[in-house]
Parts: sequence; C-alpha cells; structure tokens
Amino acid sequence: MTQFALEITDLKKTYDSDVVALKGINLSVTEGDFFALLGPNGAGKSSTIGIIASLVTKTAGKVKIFDIDTDDNFPEAKRLLGVVSQEINFNNFEKVMDIVTTQAGFYGIPLKEAKVKTEITLKRLGLWEKRNDQARTLSGGFKRRLMIAKALIHEPKLLILDEPTAGVDIELRREMWEFLKEINNNGTTIILTTHYLEEAEQLCKNIAIIDHGELVENTSMKNLLSRLDVQGFVLDINQSLNEPPSIDEFEIHLEDSSTLNVAIQRDQSINSLFKKLSDQGIEVSSMRNESNRLEEMFIEMVKKS
Amino acid sequence: MNRKNEIVISLITLVRKEIKRYLRIWVQTLVPPAVTMSLYFVIFGSLIGPRIGSMDGLDYIQFMIPGLIMMSVITNSYANVVSSFYSVKFQKSIEELLVSPMPNWAILIGFVLGGVSRGVLIGIIVFFVSLFFYPSFSIANPILTISVLFLTSILFSLMGFINAIFADSFDDISIIPTFVLTPLIYLGGVFYSINILPEFWKNISMINPMLYVVNTFREGMLGVSDVSIPFALAMIVAFIAALSGACLILLNKGIGTRQ
Repeated sequence: MTQFALEITDLKKTYDSDVVALKGINLSVTEGDFFALLGPNGAGKSSTIGIIASLVTKTAGKVKIFDIDTDDNFPEAKRLLGVVSQEINFNNFEKVMDIVTTQAGFYGIPLKEAKVKTEITLKRLGLWEKRNDQARTLSGGFKRRLMIAKALIHEPKLLILDEPTAGVDIELRREMWEFLKEINNNGTTIILTTHYLEEAEQLCKNIAIIDHGELVENTSMKNLLSRLDVQGFVLDINQSLNEPPSIDEFEIHLEDSSTLNVAIQRDQSINSLFKKLSDQGIEVSSMRNESNRLEEMFIEMVKKS
Repeated sequence: MNRKNEIVISLITLVRKEIKRYLRIWVQTLVPPAVTMSLYFVIFGSLIGPRIGSMDGLDYIQFMIPGLIMMSVITNSYANVVSSFYSVKFQKSIEELLVSPMPNWAILIGFVLGGVSRGVLIGIIVFFVSLFFYPSFSIANPILTISVLFLTSILFSLMGFINAIFADSFDDISIIPTFVLTPLIYLGGVFYSINILPEFWKNISMINPMLYVVNTFREGMLGVSDVSIPFALAMIVAFIAALSGACLILLNKGIGTRQ
C-alpha cells in the first residue's frame, strides 16, 4: 500500500484581509518523492507550506503528515517535518553552533546529543568552520545552508523547502542540488518550491502547479514534459543570410543574419532539419534550446488558469 | 522519547536561550538599573531624605528601598519579555518555535521564566546596591518578600508578553511602559506613603494596582504597609491566572504569531 508523506484535502485559506489564498487544494505526496510545488507569486504556495508547518492557520480542510492528522496530533506530525522557510528566520546575533543546537533543543533533543548532531549536520553542509561565527557575518549562501541545517537537525522524514536557492550563486545552487538529491536518496521525502524551473526539472520526480489558490496541474515531471508539442531551438549558422531558408515542414525565423529560430513539432526529426539545411548549403555551428522547456509549459498553464 | 521529557528539554532550551540573550548584553540589561537606583539612593536617600525625616516611622531611605527594588523588578521583567518576544516576531525566529513540537503553554512559560530570572536578578542587584547606602537593612519577612518578588515578576512578564503579541512596531513596545507603567509605579507609593495624601487622592491611589504590589513587598521587607496584604496577594494571584489564560488563548488562536 502506498504510504503518503503528505495528504492535503480541500485545504482553504482566507486571510483577515479577505484575500482568498487557497480555494480547496487536494494534494498527495508519496513517501520518498522529490516533489515540486510551483506557481507564480501570490499563487498560494507559501500559504500551503505555512499551513503544513503551522505558521499559518487554515480556514478549512485537512492536512495529514505520514497519516497523522495535524488537527489530532500536531506535535507528533511536527516531529516528522522539517521546514526551510523562504525568509531568513534565525537570530543574526547568535553563533551558528548555538542556533542549530537550540533548534535541536526545541525538538526535545538533550544538549549533549544535540551538540553531536549539530557537529555532524554542520560538517555535512560545510558550515563547521563557521560554527563560532555570528550568523550575521555569514554570506547569503551560508545563511541558506544554516537554514537547511536547522531544518535537518531532528532528522525529519519530510523536508519542505520554500525557495531554498533564491539569491544563491550557481555554484552553490548546484552544490545544494547534490546535497538535496543525496538526502532524498537516503529516504527523506522532499517538497520544493522554486522560481527556477530548471531546478524543479533537474531534481523533482513529480510536480504540482498552483495558481490563484487552485491546483492547475498535478502529475509526474516526465508526463508533463512529454506533453510539450513544440520545442524551439536556436541554431547558429556559418553563413550570413538575408532571409530565412524555406523548408516546408519547419517554421523557421531569422533572428539575425547568422542565427535561426526553428519550431520543431514532437513528431518531427531534428536530423531531417539538419539534412534539409545541409542540402541548401547551410552549416550549423551550434544549437541550443530556445528557453527552458518547463518554463514554456508553466507560462502556458498559468495563462490558461 | 517520552513526551514529558521532550517538553522539559524544550522548555529548558528556551529559558537558557532567554537568559543567554540578556546576559550577552549585560551592559544594556544589568548595569543601567544598578546605576539608576544608585542615583535615586544618593539624591533622594542621602541628600534629600534626611530633610524629609521619617515616613511611616522609618528612615526615608529605608522606606524607599522596597519601592525602588519593586520598580526595577517590574520594569525589567516587563521589558525583558516584551523586547525578547517582539524581537523573535520581528526577525521571524519565532518560526523556530512554532514549527517545533513545543506546546504553546511551554513557549509562554519559557518567555515568562526568562523575564522572571532577569527581574529577580535585578532585584537582588538593587538590594545589594541599597546596602551601600543603608547597611543596617534587615528583612522583616523573608518568605513574603521572596514570594512577592517572584509573583510580581511573573505578573509583569505576562503583561509584557501580551504587549509583545499585539505589537506591530518597536514604538508599540515602548508606549505602555512609558505612558502607563512608569506613571502608575511612581504614583504607587514607591516614594511616599498614601497616608500623607489628602483623602481624595488617597482614594484615587487605592485603584492603582502598583500600590498593592509595592506595599506588599514593603510589608515583607519592612513590616509596614498601607494596604491589606491578604487582599493584595489574592489580587496578584488572580491577575496572574487571568493573564496566563489570556496569553494562552492568544497563542492558541495564533493572534500576533500566526497568519
């Protein structure tokens, strides 16, 4: 039988300002999954995460974490949950070691054991050298790592990350991807929200898209990407052209004299395109995707909703 | 792990964090009350006091000591909780507590104990400062003195907590101490006995809750009071119970803490 790490049923949230953030979301995340929750700003992602983490009170609906109803036993559910918030939420004047050890204490871990766990976690995240530094002296990337260290200190089975790589440079972002993949491989279920759709495409097995407080998609990443009918490619050519080459099956535009923009249908072969260009004496020197595939799909879905 | 042990550990963690917070900035938290109270003792006790003579049959400086200790305990207990809890809200580190399995009542107790520890510590410091100016001071009723010291500190820590829950800016955490607490303390018999007031002002003073706190503590330290001690103690305990209930309702509803 499938074990769900998270089950959300008919979740609704209306804020005091009468803003309706969630209009009745239904969502299930399987144990061991690496799940992406996407949506534009104000779609309801952070409200959903806030309710799961008890930072936001729900108006209606049910949330179950590993089959524990948060209305019945929230402390037990919280023990299984780790949350990395979007905004920095630690005291900047405390030392790195103290922040993580204290967080362990809030989960009932005795001080001696908390210190050992803190050392292990800080070493895993490359923060051990910074353990005696005040948090305010850390760079943005290290602060993000510290947020993850706090969320992992009690070894949660479900980790929720709300835009964990926002404002983080590419190198560190890739390091964090590797780290998240590793803990997911070790059995931790991960739910990720991000504005970097490439990140979701790289990491996540399943995906939900939320907009205007409603779920507009909930499927596997593979299934979602397979639905792309047309992909755009940018081809750099060695010749200089005044007008785009005329090839019946393909829609080709000239971006500039030596760059072509080609739309390729799912049932068309890219080899056929190269052959036909070659027949016209056009040599392709390099090729790239016009834009991120998921990004195109995402924009299309959000527009429709 | 046993749930009770887990809660005890989380509570100890929060109290330790609170104590470390004010000890880390001891120059801002522990030294100023000692300096301010020394000035009160010098000016009102040693310089002006001898010209005033006696109050309720006691040397004026001796009469003042319990009031000044209480004033320090009240302001510091309140200030500790209101500033600490508002700060964790402001910098969002309250999320560290809210996402943890720690129950709301343990969060409340943790912050209140932080305030009590600072209030009592300041009370002890001011008492030792007072011994420089009045070395022959002796405590009439130690049990009552210590009880009132702790009860007062708990009461004003709870008040600070409620203030912090409703505060939306740093201005909001200074309005009540400046415009409500301080005037009530000064008019609550710290520097005088209400017996010297005209009947009308004496009756008005009787509705000032600070009068009961200051006088009960004075009864404990000096054995003199302007009010009924059992009544005052009952009122303090009743207010503690009412405010604790109010704090828990606010926390459970998420007012000021959850969206």
